[in-house]
Amino acid sequence: MKNLIKLAILASLPIAYSPLAQAKGTGYVFVSSENDNIVTVLDGKNFTKVKDIKTAKRPRHLQFNPDKTMLYAACGDGESIDIIDIAKLEVVDQIKDIDDPEAFDLSPDNKSLYISLEDEGGLGIIDLATKKMTKTIEVGQEPEGVLANPDGKTVYVTSEVANMVHVIDPTANEPTANIVVGTRPRRLALTPDGKELWVTSELDASVSIIDVATNKVKEKISFTPEGFRKEDITPVGLVMTKDGKTAFVTIGRANRVAVVDVAGRKVETYILVGNRAWNAALNKDESLLFVANGLSDDVSIIDVPARKVLKSVPVGRVPYMVTVDD
Amino acid sequence: MIKKIVLSVILASSGLSAVSAEDTPAPLGIVAPQNLPAGTEAAPVQVAKAVLTIGYLHLADDARYDDKLMPKQFLGAPFGRPYPAAEVALKEIKFHGEAAGVSFALEQISGKDSADLIKQVDDSQAKGIKFFVVDLPAKTLVEVAQAFKGKDLLFFNISAKDDALRQAQCQANIFHTIPNVAMQADGLVQYLIAHKWRNALILQGPLPEDQLLVEAFNRAAKRYGLKISDTRPFVLGSDPREREKNNIALLTGGDYDVVYIADTEGEFSRNANYQTLLPRPVVGSEGLNALAWNWAWERHGAPQVEKRFEKQANRHMSDVDWAAWMTVRSLGAAVQQTQSSDFTKIRDYLLAPTTNLDGAKGNPSSFRPWDHQLRQPLLLSTHNWVIDRAPLQGFLHQINNLDTLGFDQPDSQCKF
Repeated sequence: MKNLIKLAILASLPIAYSPLAQAKGTGYVFVSSENDNIVTVLDGKNFTKVKDIKTAKRPRHLQFNPDKTMLYAACGDGESIDIIDIAKLEVVDQIKDIDDPEAFDLSPDNKSLYISLEDEGGLGIIDLATKKMTKTIEVGQEPEGVLANPDGKTVYVTSEVANMVHVIDPTANEPTANIVVGTRPRRLALTPDGKELWVTSELDASVSIIDVATNKVKEKISFTPEGFRKEDITPVGLVMTKDGKTAFVTIGRANRVAVVDVAGRKVETYILVGNRAWNAALNKDESLLFVANGLSDDVSIIDVPARKVLKSVPVGRVPYMVTVDD
Repeated sequence: MIKKIVLSVILASSGLSAVSAEDTPAPLGIVAPQNLPAGTEAAPVQVAKAVLTIGYLHLADDARYDDKLMPKQFLGAPFGRPYPAAEVALKEIKFHGEAAGVSFALEQISGKDSADLIKQVDDSQAKGIKFFVVDLPAKTLVEVAQAFKGKDLLFFNISAKDDALRQAQCQANIFHTIPNVAMQADGLVQYLIAHKWRNALILQGPLPEDQLLVEAFNRAAKRYGLKISDTRPFVLGSDPREREKNNIALLTGGDYDVVYIADTEGEFSRNANYQTLLPRPVVGSEGLNALAWNWAWERHGAPQVEKRFEKQANRHMSDVDWAAWMTVRSLGAAVQQTQSSDFTKIRDYLLAPTTNLDGAKGNPSSFRPWDHQLRQPLLLSTHNWVIDRAPLQGFLHQINNLDTLGFDQPDSQCKF
């Protein structure tokens, strides 16, 4: 009923017919599934499946362009980044010939795409206008998480093998700093004030907190859900609320999401989700958290204020990444 | 052709050497000079950086790497000499020495026998090499390590799986990266028990090594409650007078859930699947076994390791390759975590229970202080797939579940 009223209001608004149709927010939830070569589109309200978008092989990281008209999908075995048109819900273009792409980020000016080149041990810089790789910078082996600082001057990339976060000036040819963190660092997040860089360590059951000004690890938060040994706690995904107060960390094999009080440096609670919780995303008003569960082929949908799973929805085989268009 | 990784110039007094050109491969066909006189100075234009050189010992002639044998690809057998795996790991630890101010190098040492190797290790230790990746059969390994008893040297065993090396014959200066046969047997038996295959028929080959496999399997069976319905010796051949021992159908009468074959040579067991009298799975030397590595493993970053190795070696990676890779990786991790190249600090780090070595198989690894065996998950492997990972779910240990595989502290007979 509520939805109907909303629809009626939307329909009456002239802006809904804007020919630019920019950032209208479909409300759709997009989930990449590594083993099925699809990006599943779920309705943001009732979570039913809208479509499976066929992609190149092994889609993993997903990210929107700034106005959310396009979704980039790194396809590891397809050796491409597929570009999905959100209005059409299909792949309309590709950046080709990238060796095993996994994780990437876009530059704040939306001109470049920074990608970790897992096999090569490099950070690649792709010019989005020409769709060509213009540069690679050598980093430690198996680079994984990539984060472009909104200041436009710095890119962070983790190396799972070197156990480091590399601090990179994209105009330079080598890292400006290498920060040793916990074993097998995975994903990164900056606090909204830009002062702290958080990084998950899959084999250290922890998040390292780096002081951005000095490039030093200043604190570490360890995850210790009751009844689990350290080896079964494998943090990977990481999202933070816009007010910088709460972080959500997926802890993989422990099948939970840790809710972290950022200022207090402590875990507030653990929310049980599906098997091997991998990556997570918040919707715009931060009322819902979506978690991709790699080994139970589903997505858990969490009611954020209640800290409770509302529903789990089957998607493709080995879900990797989830993101919301709203 | 031996590929030299680094030109090392020796600083006589320190345990480390200095280089003039780091990570510069020698031109093809030219082996870089290694034995420059002590005190030779590094080229002044280059910043001198300390190099931690890791020795790599192997036999020039080693029956385990017979090139008529390896193409047969027996389950768990090597596909080639493991040196390329050490080279892959050397590249991976490029950044690991940053805080300690060292870079890493490898030096291959090939010998014809124990005496020759001992002489060469002696020369290497004089140059400051303290850590050796050792690809030697058990007997040679024991002799070499014995010759350096009490010295600040460590030998990392990457290929001798014998249980005795971890028990009565253990030596303080040997660390074992390769899993021993008791670990493999425990991993396999856990799998059988988890699947409620409770009765095993053992077929045993004629070699002393086959006897050791059977002993390990019996030990695991007792530990986890597997029943052995019978143990029958087999021989290779087709002599009709020996058919009770060489014909698989005749060897496999009776009732059992699974056939375990102890066949170090592999010729007999590779013919056993689909030939048993009852339609039962064959495990052990063929079919399914708990291995250190399988090229098909898809989790924990394993595909990336496998891919880097295949680029280097043009073949799949096997158990001994993993152990060579893991050894160099572990030394790199120890230098990174201790921010030091000090022998004692590195040794202590590797043995600490909190140590977190990443073998691309999941659970963090470390060396057991009681026998210096690397605790690690094992992959229950067929020839091209991993069926499960040991320790199997539900096999718990009061401290570290990885110690459900192999000799736990109370079982240890090792006295350093």
